[in-house]
Amino acid sequence: MALKDSIAWYHFAAPKNFYPLAGKMIPWFWGLTIVLLLVGLYLSFFVAPTDYKQGESYRIIFIHVPAAWMSMLIYLVMATYAIIGLAWKVRLADMMASALAPTGAMFTFLALWTGAFWGKPTWGTYWVWDARLTSELILLFLYIGFISLQSAIDDPRRAAKASSLLAIVGVINLPIIYFSVQWWNTLHQGASVSPTMAPKMATIMLTAMLIMTVAFWMYTIAIVLMRVRRIILERERQTTWVMELLGDETVGEKDGRK
Amino acid sequence: MKTRHKRMAFILVGLAGLGVAAWLVLNALNSNLALYISPTDVLAGDAPKNQTFRLGGLVVEESLEREDDGLTVHFKVTDSANTIPVTFTGILPDLFEEGQGVVAQGKMQGGVFIASEVLAKHDENYMPTQVADMLEEGEKLNQQEQAGGSATVVPQTP
Repeated sequence: MALKDSIAWYHFAAPKNFYPLAGKMIPWFWGLTIVLLLVGLYLSFFVAPTDYKQGESYRIIFIHVPAAWMSMLIYLVMATYAIIGLAWKVRLADMMASALAPTGAMFTFLALWTGAFWGKPTWGTYWVWDARLTSELILLFLYIGFISLQSAIDDPRRAAKASSLLAIVGVINLPIIYFSVQWWNTLHQGASVSPTMAPKMATIMLTAMLIMTVAFWMYTIAIVLMRVRRIILERERQTTWVMELLGDETVGEKDGRK
Repeated sequence: MKTRHKRMAFILVGLAGLGVAAWLVLNALNSNLALYISPTDVLAGDAPKNQTFRLGGLVVEESLEREDDGLTVHFKVTDSANTIPVTFTGILPDLFEEGQGVVAQGKMQGGVFIASEVLAKHDENYMPTQVADMLEEGEKLNQQEQAGGSATVVPQTP
Protein backbone atom coordinates (compact mmCIF):
# COMPACT_ATOMS: atom_id res chain seq x y z
CA MET A 1 0.00 0.00 0.00
CA ALA A 2 2.72 2.43 1.05
CA LEU A 3 4.68 1.58 -2.06
CA LYS A 4 1.65 2.09 -4.25
CA ASP A 5 0.98 5.49 -2.66
CA SER A 6 4.51 6.64 -3.11
CA ILE A 7 4.41 5.60 -6.75
CA ALA A 8 1.28 7.74 -7.27
CA TRP A 9 2.99 10.61 -5.45
CA TYR A 10 6.07 10.46 -7.69
CA HIS A 11 3.88 9.95 -10.71
CA PHE A 12 1.95 13.20 -10.19
CA ALA A 13 5.04 15.15 -9.12
CA ALA A 14 6.01 15.06 -12.79
CA PRO A 15 4.60 18.16 -14.53
CA LYS A 16 3.66 16.02 -17.53
CA ASN A 17 1.32 13.88 -15.41
CA PHE A 18 0.09 16.66 -13.16
CA TYR A 19 -0.99 18.85 -16.08
CA PRO A 20 -3.98 16.67 -17.14
CA LEU A 21 -4.88 15.86 -13.49
CA ALA A 22 -5.07 19.58 -12.67
CA GLY A 23 -7.20 20.11 -15.77
CA LYS A 24 -9.69 17.54 -14.50
CA MET A 25 -9.85 19.05 -10.99
CA ILE A 26 -10.33 22.69 -12.00
CA PRO A 27 -14.08 22.56 -12.91
CA TRP A 28 -14.90 20.80 -9.61
CA PHE A 29 -13.20 23.47 -7.54
CA TRP A 30 -14.86 26.26 -9.55
CA GLY A 31 -18.22 24.59 -8.92
CA LEU A 32 -17.57 24.39 -5.17
CA THR A 33 -16.39 28.00 -5.18
CA ILE A 34 -19.56 29.31 -6.82
CA VAL A 35 -21.96 27.31 -4.63
CA LEU A 36 -20.16 28.16 -1.36
CA LEU A 37 -19.74 31.81 -2.34
CA LEU A 38 -23.46 32.17 -3.08
CA VAL A 39 -24.47 30.47 0.19
CA GLY A 40 -21.83 32.38 2.17
CA LEU A 41 -22.74 35.79 0.75
CA TYR A 42 -26.46 35.14 1.26
CA LEU A 43 -25.90 34.22 4.91
CA SER A 44 -23.53 37.16 5.38
CA PHE A 45 -25.77 39.86 4.01
CA PHE A 46 -29.35 38.61 4.47
CA VAL A 47 -29.40 36.10 7.34
CA ALA A 48 -26.73 37.21 9.81
CA PRO A 49 -28.20 39.77 12.25
CA THR A 50 -26.99 43.32 12.85
CA ASP A 51 -24.21 43.62 15.42
CA TYR A 52 -25.19 45.18 18.78
CA LYS A 53 -22.43 47.76 18.70
CA GLN A 54 -21.05 48.19 15.19
CA GLY A 55 -24.35 48.03 13.34
CA GLU A 56 -24.04 46.98 9.70
CA SER A 57 -20.38 47.88 9.21
CA TYR A 58 -19.32 44.68 10.99
CA ARG A 59 -20.40 42.71 7.89
CA ILE A 60 -17.01 43.46 6.40
CA ILE A 61 -15.61 40.63 8.58
CA PHE A 62 -17.25 38.13 6.23
CA ILE A 63 -14.69 39.19 3.62
CA HIS A 64 -11.95 40.58 5.86
CA VAL A 65 -11.35 37.64 8.20
CA PRO A 66 -11.45 34.87 5.53
CA ALA A 67 -9.13 36.97 3.33
CA ALA A 68 -6.69 37.50 6.22
CA TRP A 69 -6.75 33.79 7.09
CA MET A 70 -6.15 32.82 3.46
CA SER A 71 -3.30 35.34 3.17
CA MET A 72 -1.47 33.50 5.97
CA LEU A 73 -2.47 29.98 4.92
CA ILE A 74 -1.35 30.54 1.32
CA TYR A 75 1.99 31.84 2.53
CA LEU A 76 2.46 28.74 4.69
CA VAL A 77 1.64 26.44 1.76
CA MET A 78 3.88 28.48 -0.53
CA ALA A 79 6.80 28.23 1.91
CA THR A 80 6.21 24.48 2.27
CA TYR A 81 6.44 24.08 -1.51
CA ALA A 82 9.56 26.25 -1.43
CA ILE A 83 11.19 23.89 1.10
CA ILE A 84 10.21 20.82 -0.97
CA GLY A 85 11.53 22.53 -4.09
CA LEU A 86 14.83 23.44 -2.46
CA ALA A 87 15.47 20.20 -0.59
CA TRP A 88 14.18 17.64 -3.08
CA LYS A 89 14.54 19.67 -6.27
CA VAL A 90 10.97 18.98 -7.33
CA ARG A 91 10.23 21.29 -10.23
CA LEU A 92 6.49 21.07 -9.73
CA ALA A 93 6.89 22.34 -6.14
CA ASP A 94 8.70 25.44 -7.44
CA MET A 95 5.93 25.97 -9.97
CA MET A 96 3.23 25.60 -7.29
CA ALA A 97 5.00 28.18 -5.10
CA SER A 98 5.07 30.70 -7.95
CA ALA A 99 1.44 29.93 -8.82
CA LEU A 100 0.32 30.61 -5.23
CA ALA A 101 2.05 33.97 -4.77
CA PRO A 102 -0.29 36.27 -6.78
CA THR A 103 -3.41 34.88 -5.08
CA GLY A 104 -1.76 35.24 -1.67
CA ALA A 105 -0.86 38.83 -2.46
CA MET A 106 -4.42 39.51 -3.59
CA PHE A 107 -5.93 38.16 -0.35
CA THR A 108 -3.40 40.13 1.72
CA PHE A 109 -4.35 43.30 -0.12
CA LEU A 110 -8.04 42.49 0.28
CA ALA A 111 -7.59 42.01 4.05
CA LEU A 112 -5.72 45.32 4.40
CA TRP A 113 -8.15 47.21 2.18
CA THR A 114 -11.37 45.96 3.78
CA GLY A 115 -9.76 46.47 7.19
CA ALA A 116 -9.04 50.10 6.38
CA PHE A 117 -12.65 50.70 5.34
CA TRP A 118 -13.88 49.05 8.53
CA GLY A 119 -11.35 50.96 10.63
CA LYS A 120 -12.57 54.40 9.56
CA PRO A 121 -16.11 54.13 11.00
CA THR A 122 -15.10 51.86 13.90
CA TRP A 123 -11.77 53.11 15.19
CA GLY A 124 -11.85 56.56 13.63
CA THR A 125 -8.86 56.00 11.33
CA TYR A 126 -8.05 54.09 8.14
CA TRP A 127 -4.60 53.07 9.26
CA VAL A 128 -2.54 52.86 12.41
CA TRP A 129 0.98 51.49 12.77
CA ASP A 130 0.15 48.79 15.28
CA ALA A 131 1.84 45.38 15.28
CA ARG A 132 -1.04 43.51 13.57
CA LEU A 133 -1.53 45.96 10.70
CA THR A 134 2.19 46.48 10.15
CA SER A 135 3.05 42.76 10.10
CA GLU A 136 0.22 42.09 7.62
CA LEU A 137 1.61 44.89 5.44
CA ILE A 138 5.03 43.20 5.62
CA LEU A 139 3.32 40.00 4.41
CA LEU A 140 2.13 41.90 1.33
CA PHE A 141 5.70 43.11 0.75
CA LEU A 142 6.97 39.53 1.10
CA TYR A 143 4.55 38.35 -1.59
CA ILE A 144 5.49 41.24 -3.86
CA GLY A 145 9.20 40.59 -3.17
CA PHE A 146 8.75 36.91 -4.04
CA ILE A 147 7.01 37.74 -7.31
CA SER A 148 9.49 40.44 -8.34
CA LEU A 149 12.54 38.35 -7.41
CA GLN A 150 11.23 35.54 -9.55
CA SER A 151 10.63 37.75 -12.55
CA ALA A 152 13.96 39.54 -12.10
CA ILE A 153 15.99 36.35 -12.70
CA ASP A 154 15.74 34.88 -16.19
CA ASP A 155 16.89 31.33 -15.43
CA PRO A 156 13.83 29.63 -13.86
CA ARG A 157 15.99 27.33 -11.68
CA ARG A 158 17.99 30.15 -10.15
CA ALA A 159 14.85 32.25 -9.85
CA ALA A 160 13.13 29.44 -7.96
CA LYS A 161 16.11 29.02 -5.64
CA ALA A 162 16.35 32.70 -4.74
CA SER A 163 12.63 33.26 -4.30
CA SER A 164 12.24 30.01 -2.30
CA LEU A 165 14.84 31.26 0.17
CA LEU A 166 12.95 34.53 0.52
CA ALA A 167 9.67 32.66 1.04
CA ILE A 168 11.21 30.44 3.75
CA VAL A 169 12.80 33.36 5.61
CA GLY A 170 9.47 35.19 5.52
CA VAL A 171 7.73 32.39 7.44
CA ILE A 172 9.01 34.11 10.60
CA ASN A 173 6.38 36.77 9.92
CA LEU A 174 3.43 34.35 10.19
CA PRO A 175 3.51 33.75 13.98
CA ILE A 176 4.19 37.46 14.41
CA ILE A 177 0.98 38.33 12.52
CA TYR A 178 -1.05 35.69 14.34
CA PHE A 179 0.12 36.41 17.89
CA SER A 180 0.73 40.17 17.51
CA VAL A 181 -2.59 40.98 19.20
CA GLN A 182 -1.57 38.88 22.23
CA TRP A 183 2.10 39.82 22.48
CA TRP A 184 1.75 43.59 22.24
CA ASN A 185 -1.01 46.06 22.83
CA THR A 186 -2.55 46.87 19.48
CA LEU A 187 -5.53 48.82 18.22
CA HIS A 188 -6.65 45.71 16.35
CA GLN A 189 -8.85 43.54 18.58
CA GLY A 190 -7.91 40.06 19.71
CA ALA A 191 -9.08 36.93 17.93
CA SER A 192 -12.83 36.25 18.04
CA VAL A 193 -12.24 32.73 16.79
CA SER A 194 -9.27 30.65 17.90
CA PRO A 195 -8.52 26.94 18.31
CA THR A 196 -8.20 27.23 22.10
CA MET A 197 -11.27 29.28 23.04
CA ALA A 198 -15.01 29.24 22.48
CA PRO A 199 -15.85 31.66 19.64
CA LYS A 200 -16.80 35.14 20.79
CA MET A 201 -19.43 35.67 18.15
CA ALA A 202 -22.97 34.50 17.42
CA THR A 203 -23.19 31.07 15.74
CA ILE A 204 -24.84 32.32 12.54
CA MET A 205 -22.14 34.97 12.11
CA LEU A 206 -19.47 32.33 12.66
CA THR A 207 -21.13 29.92 10.21
CA ALA A 208 -21.28 32.57 7.49
CA MET A 209 -17.63 33.47 8.08
CA LEU A 210 -16.47 29.84 7.93
CA ILE A 211 -18.43 29.16 4.72
CA MET A 212 -16.84 32.26 3.15
CA THR A 213 -13.43 30.94 4.23
CA VAL A 214 -13.99 27.57 2.56
CA ALA A 215 -15.29 29.39 -0.54
CA PHE A 216 -12.09 31.48 -0.71
CA TRP A 217 -10.10 28.30 -0.20
CA MET A 218 -11.79 26.50 -3.10
CA TYR A 219 -11.31 29.61 -5.26
CA THR A 220 -7.61 29.59 -4.39
CA ILE A 221 -7.21 25.94 -5.42
CA ALA A 222 -9.10 26.50 -8.67
CA ILE A 223 -7.20 29.61 -9.73
CA VAL A 224 -3.81 28.24 -8.60
CA LEU A 225 -4.32 25.03 -10.60
CA MET A 226 -5.15 27.13 -13.66
CA ARG A 227 -2.06 29.25 -13.10
CA VAL A 228 0.23 26.28 -12.50
CA ARG A 229 -0.96 24.71 -15.77
CA ARG A 230 0.14 27.82 -17.60
CA ILE A 231 3.48 27.84 -15.75
CA ILE A 232 4.01 24.15 -16.61
CA LEU A 233 3.49 24.86 -20.31
CA GLU A 234 5.79 27.85 -20.17
CA ARG A 235 8.68 26.20 -18.34
CA GLU A 236 8.38 22.84 -20.08
CA ARG A 237 7.96 24.29 -23.55
CA GLN A 238 11.16 22.60 -24.78
CA THR A 239 9.89 19.11 -23.92
CA THR A 240 8.36 16.83 -26.49
CA TRP A 241 5.08 16.33 -24.61
CA VAL A 242 4.35 20.06 -24.52
CA MET A 243 5.32 20.44 -28.18
CA GLU A 244 3.02 17.57 -29.07
CA LEU A 245 0.23 18.98 -26.95
CA LEU A 246 0.53 22.46 -28.40
CA GLY A 247 1.10 21.00 -31.82
CA ASP A 248 -2.29 19.37 -31.56
CA GLU A 249 -4.02 22.50 -30.36
CA THR A 250 -2.29 25.14 -32.45
CA VAL A 251 -1.23 23.59 -35.71
CA GLY A 252 1.29 25.69 -37.56
CA GLU A 253 1.76 28.29 -34.83
CA LYS A 254 5.05 26.87 -33.59
CA ASP A 255 7.06 29.45 -35.50
CA GLY A 256 5.54 32.25 -33.50
CA ARG A 257 7.25 31.01 -30.37
CA LYS A 258 10.48 32.62 -29.26
CA MET B 1 24.06 11.39 4.30
CA LYS B 2 22.37 11.99 1.01
CA THR B 3 22.57 15.42 -0.55
CA ARG B 4 18.86 16.05 -0.16
CA HIS B 5 19.09 15.22 3.54
CA LYS B 6 21.99 17.63 3.80
CA ARG B 7 19.97 20.34 2.08
CA MET B 8 17.01 19.65 4.36
CA ALA B 9 19.23 19.83 7.46
CA PHE B 10 20.74 23.06 6.15
CA ILE B 11 17.28 24.58 5.68
CA LEU B 12 16.13 23.48 9.14
CA VAL B 13 19.25 24.82 10.88
CA GLY B 14 18.88 28.06 8.92
CA LEU B 15 15.25 28.37 9.95
CA ALA B 16 16.08 27.72 13.61
CA GLY B 17 18.79 30.38 13.47
CA LEU B 18 16.38 32.83 11.88
CA GLY B 19 13.81 32.06 14.55
CA VAL B 20 16.28 32.84 17.32
CA ALA B 21 17.36 36.04 15.54
CA ALA B 22 13.76 37.15 15.11
CA TRP B 23 13.01 36.38 18.74
CA LEU B 24 15.98 38.47 19.91
CA VAL B 25 15.04 41.39 17.66
CA LEU B 26 11.42 41.32 18.80
CA ASN B 27 12.48 41.18 22.43
CA ALA B 28 14.76 44.16 21.95
CA LEU B 29 12.01 46.08 20.20
CA ASN B 30 9.35 45.02 22.68
CA SER B 31 8.53 48.43 24.12
CA ASN B 32 8.61 50.08 20.71
CA LEU B 33 6.18 47.60 19.22
CA ALA B 34 3.50 48.52 21.71
CA LEU B 35 0.98 50.89 20.18
CA TYR B 36 0.08 52.58 23.43
CA ILE B 37 1.15 53.04 27.05
CA SER B 38 -1.08 52.23 30.01
CA PRO B 39 -1.90 54.85 32.69
CA THR B 40 0.19 52.91 35.25
CA ASP B 41 3.28 53.09 33.01
CA VAL B 42 2.66 56.78 32.32
CA LEU B 43 2.48 57.58 36.04
CA ALA B 44 5.60 55.46 36.62
CA GLY B 45 7.41 57.79 34.20
CA ASP B 46 7.78 55.33 31.30
CA ALA B 47 6.14 57.70 28.84
CA PRO B 48 8.37 60.07 26.84
CA LYS B 49 8.55 63.49 28.51
CA ASN B 50 7.22 66.50 26.58
CA GLN B 51 6.67 64.30 23.57
CA THR B 52 3.68 62.89 21.81
CA PHE B 53 2.75 59.33 22.74
CA ARG B 54 -0.34 57.14 22.77
CA LEU B 55 -2.26 56.45 25.94
CA GLY B 56 -4.51 53.38 26.02
CA GLY B 57 -7.04 51.93 28.40
CA LEU B 58 -10.73 51.85 29.23
CA VAL B 59 -12.90 54.94 29.45
CA VAL B 60 -14.07 55.22 33.07
CA GLU B 61 -17.87 54.87 33.43
CA GLU B 62 -19.69 58.20 33.86
CA SER B 63 -16.48 60.18 33.44
CA LEU B 64 -17.38 61.74 30.06
CA GLU B 65 -18.14 65.46 30.23
CA ARG B 66 -18.80 67.77 27.31
CA GLU B 67 -18.03 71.48 27.36
CA ASP B 68 -20.51 74.03 26.06
CA ASP B 69 -18.69 74.43 22.74
CA GLY B 70 -19.86 70.88 21.94
CA LEU B 71 -16.44 69.77 20.75
CA THR B 72 -14.23 69.68 23.81
CA VAL B 73 -14.65 66.58 25.95
CA HIS B 74 -13.14 65.42 29.20
CA PHE B 75 -12.95 61.80 30.23
CA LYS B 76 -10.78 59.50 32.30
CA VAL B 77 -8.76 56.55 31.03
CA THR B 78 -8.00 53.66 33.35
CA ASP B 79 -6.20 50.31 33.35
CA SER B 80 -8.13 49.49 36.56
CA ALA B 81 -5.04 50.26 38.67
CA ASN B 82 -4.47 53.91 37.75
CA THR B 83 -6.48 56.63 36.04
CA ILE B 84 -5.47 59.61 33.91
CA PRO B 85 -7.79 62.49 32.93
CA VAL B 86 -7.92 63.26 29.21
CA THR B 87 -9.02 66.40 27.36
CA PHE B 88 -9.81 66.28 23.66
CA THR B 89 -11.24 68.78 21.19
CA GLY B 90 -12.69 67.15 18.12
CA ILE B 91 -15.08 64.52 16.88
CA LEU B 92 -15.06 61.23 18.77
CA PRO B 93 -15.34 57.99 16.75
CA ASP B 94 -18.76 56.29 16.65
CA LEU B 95 -17.69 53.45 18.88
CA PHE B 96 -16.31 55.70 21.60
CA GLU B 97 -18.22 54.75 24.72
CA GLU B 98 -17.78 54.71 28.47
CA GLY B 99 -16.45 51.35 29.64
CA GLN B 100 -14.91 50.68 26.22
CA GLY B 101 -11.29 50.64 25.08
CA VAL B 102 -9.72 53.80 23.74
CA VAL B 103 -6.33 54.84 22.34
CA ALA B 104 -5.52 58.56 22.50
CA GLN B 105 -2.53 60.35 21.00
CA GLY B 106 -1.18 63.48 22.67
CA LYS B 107 0.99 64.91 25.46
CA MET B 108 0.87 65.11 29.22
CA GLN B 109 0.42 68.65 30.52
CA GLY B 110 0.30 69.09 34.27
CA GLY B 111 -1.26 65.74 35.05
CA VAL B 112 -3.80 65.99 32.22
CA PHE B 113 -3.38 64.20 28.90
CA ILE B 114 -4.13 66.64 26.07
CA ALA B 115 -5.18 64.41 23.16
CA SER B 116 -4.89 65.43 19.52
CA GLU B 117 -6.50 62.22 18.25
CA VAL B 118 -8.82 59.70 19.88
CA LEU B 119 -9.39 56.20 18.46
CA ALA B 120 -11.92 53.66 19.72
CA LYS B 121 -10.58 50.17 20.38
CA HIS B 122 -13.13 47.56 19.47
CA ASP B 123 -13.32 44.29 21.39
CA GLU B 124 -13.55 40.81 19.85
CA ASN B 125 -17.23 40.23 20.72
CA TYR B 126 -19.86 40.07 18.00
CA MET B 127 -23.50 39.73 19.00
CA PRO B 128 -26.91 40.23 17.39
CA THR B 129 -28.67 43.38 18.62
CA GLN B 130 -31.55 41.35 20.12
CA VAL B 131 -29.20 39.19 22.18
CA ALA B 132 -27.44 42.26 23.53
CA ASP B 133 -30.80 43.80 24.48
CA MET B 134 -31.86 40.61 26.24
CA LEU B 135 -28.58 40.45 28.15
CA GLU B 136 -29.02 44.06 29.22
CA GLU B 137 -32.58 43.47 30.44
CA GLY B 138 -31.50 40.36 32.28
CA GLU B 139 -28.82 42.35 34.05
CA LYS B 140 -31.31 45.05 35.03
CA LEU B 141 -33.70 42.43 36.40
CA ASN B 142 -30.88 40.95 38.45
CA GLN B 143 -30.00 44.32 39.86
CA GLN B 144 -33.64 45.00 40.77
CA GLU B 145 -33.93 41.68 42.54
CA GLN B 146 -30.79 42.37 44.50
CA ALA B 147 -31.88 45.92 45.31
CA GLY B 148 -35.45 45.47 46.48
CA GLY B 149 -36.72 42.08 45.38
CA SER B 150 -39.85 43.63 43.91
CA ALA B 151 -41.72 41.17 41.71
CA THR B 152 -43.23 43.74 39.36
CA VAL B 153 -41.20 44.22 36.23
CA VAL B 154 -40.88 47.79 35.11
CA PRO B 155 -41.18 47.92 31.32
CA GLN B 156 -37.93 49.00 29.77
CA THR B 157 -37.78 51.89 27.39
CA PRO B 158 -36.79 50.60 23.97
